[in-house]
Amino acid sequence: MAVHPDTVSGMPVLAESGAELRRARLATASPAVRMEHVAKTFRLPHQRYSTLKERALHPWRSTTYNELKALRDVHLDISRGEFFGIVGRNGSGKSTLLKVLAGIYRPDAGRVEIRGRLSPFIELGVGFNPDLTARDNITINAVMMGLSRREARARFDSIIAFAELEEFVDLKLKNYSSGMAVRLGFSTAIQIDSDVLLVDEVLAVGDAAFQQKCFEEFTRLKAAEKTIVFVTHDMLAVERFCDRAMLVERGEVLEIGGPRAIARAYNELNFGRLLHDGADDQRFGDQGVAEIVEAWFEHDGQRVKQLERGQRMEIAVSVRFHGEVDSPIVGATLRNEIGHTYFVASTEFQGVHLGRRVAGDELVVRFGLDTPFATSQYLLTPSIARAGSGANAIDLREDLTSIYIHATQNTGGLVEPEYDIEVTG
Amino acid sequence: MASTLMQEPSPGPDAVADGAELVTIIEAGRRGGHDVGLRRSTTLAWTLALTDWKLRFYGSALGGVWTLARPFAFFGVVYVVFTDIIGLDENIKNYGVYILFGMVLFQFFAEIAGNSVQSLVTRENLLRKMYFPPLVIPMAVGITALLNLGMTLVAVFIFVLANGIYPQWAWLELPVIILLLTVFALGVGMLLSSLYVRYRDIQPIWEVTAQLLFYASPVLYVATFVPESYQRIYLCNPLAALLTQLRHALVDPTAPSITRAMGADLRPLIPLAIILGTFALGYWVFRRESPRIAENL
Repeated sequence: MAVHPDTVSGMPVLAESGAELRRARLATASPAVRMEHVAKTFRLPHQRYSTLKERALHPWRSTTYNELKALRDVHLDISRGEFFGIVGRNGSGKSTLLKVLAGIYRPDAGRVEIRGRLSPFIELGVGFNPDLTARDNITINAVMMGLSRREARARFDSIIAFAELEEFVDLKLKNYSSGMAVRLGFSTAIQIDSDVLLVDEVLAVGDAAFQQKCFEEFTRLKAAEKTIVFVTHDMLAVERFCDRAMLVERGEVLEIGGPRAIARAYNELNFGRLLHDGADDQRFGDQGVAEIVEAWFEHDGQRVKQLERGQRMEIAVSVRFHGEVDSPIVGATLRNEIGHTYFVASTEFQGVHLGRRVAGDELVVRFGLDTPFATSQYLLTPSIARAGSGANAIDLREDLTSIYIHATQNTGGLVEPEYDIEVTG
Repeated sequence: MASTLMQEPSPGPDAVADGAELVTIIEAGRRGGHDVGLRRSTTLAWTLALTDWKLRFYGSALGGVWTLARPFAFFGVVYVVFTDIIGLDENIKNYGVYILFGMVLFQFFAEIAGNSVQSLVTRENLLRKMYFPPLVIPMAVGITALLNLGMTLVAVFIFVLANGIYPQWAWLELPVIILLLTVFALGVGMLLSSLYVRYRDIQPIWEVTAQLLFYASPVLYVATFVPESYQRIYLCNPLAALLTQLRHALVDPTAPSITRAMGADLRPLIPLAIILGTFALGYWVFRRESPRIAENL
């Protein structure tokens, strides 16, 4: 495990040296989890013979299978005390990997070695029963997760106190909100003393205050040198907690590296597919004298599909004229997926005159800015209009293309521009 | 549970204080894996059984009364039909007590075997979300049935005493009979539950078999009714053998014991062998299937 320079750039120097120290220690630590050539294939029969009659009637017909290679030749070393993230799109094999580690699924090939006590569950609240009270469910869940009945009873108070559900102890679980049930599950799970923890998507639910508590708990686990294997879709959590992470796609390890690099690769993988090329965009205007040919994003003269917050972004709009227009206005609007407008740029606002254009003219307008936006996908709507009233659209292509903006730290603000601080007095 | 468990000294500066740590190795094509331990398996089975037991009467006003009401209501009907209408009780001493025992024990057997069939499939969420030996699940079914049986037997013994049968040393055979019956039922349960994961026909097959077994066992009648020439074959059925011995030990000491009924001292070893053989077969099949149960569900 080499040093990953991208992990720490942009952080204060103090944190950097702390992370540096931690990484150096992890690099020399013995592996807690090791996977060698692990493969797992599911055979999905085309026609499932699950009755004896069918078997008896067609004994000669061999069932044909679709082979689903959930894991192919996975190599992995996770150091003791490491917080290791596994990311990948749905169906990429993340959960299968976790199940192989937990022993729920048996690998078809390869070898898994785990040093230390492993938590046997991959989900919170295993064994929860909606018809029982929280009190009963805690006992069952704790026993499921590896405590004895006596230990479970002894830790009951601290579990319920951590979950802050004292008033609801005797309420049946079916009357709990899903967030409350997760709190209960999480509070029980952290009572289990194991050296290696497997965690599959925990923080999806739960209110902000409880999430903060979970984060603190993670920090405590990290300090206690627990090895944590963490499957998630939340790239912010990956960057916040993981020492290293791994990107899985179609059962293969695409990349193992620093959390930031992996988060970026994940977003590329995910949003690379979502970015549309204008085939199905909504188009407005008559497109008589001019049309929007294309629009894209640039950074350093290269076309990009994603950028980091703070990086220079150029929004490029290319226009072709079919007739004569006087001082047309080219504009660009950035919106998020739910249609909130974040940014509107126009040649008119800045007083840039495009002059008189005739048929055959082509031009590219670039709007440049330092990206201040928070992590999200942004859709670009380029437009060209006649001078004068705004309703004079010649061509407007709604949500023609998009970009993914990626930020290391999310403050919760919609925009996160650079700012400076001055303290006086 | 067999597992590849090695104790190796922990390398590096992070070594645990006692100098040894748990190393688990899972290898394709080989048994072994996470060591769960008998104690934890037992705790799990017990917890699952207690939960089931608690939930069984969830939402019913009378709760546990129903455990008793079902066999006793059935018993009442059968008793009236066979004594007042057919008049069986004239030849059989303590006929009522006998069929009550018969029905309660058969019900116990059928409960374990029948509830085991779908047990793995209904616990799918558990089996796919955490690792533990799947064997825990049919064991939990057995424990729940034993809890039910315990409750029912209290009522049965009240009926026994009311019928003027008083405690004897021979009653101590009852735990042995129940133990053997449990072993037999668990064997069938393990077999059926693991096969059901792959073949859903097991459910109807079992239902028919249970019906056949009910009439092929001396539950409503007694084994001595069976023609002499079939006796030995008939008593190879473990249920018939156990109930015959129960009749001798608990209901009517003058009725033939299993040894006498089968005509030779060693012959009762046949039903015993069937009981143990069924258990061994069930265990073997279950163990063979268990690594793939989670993914076949």
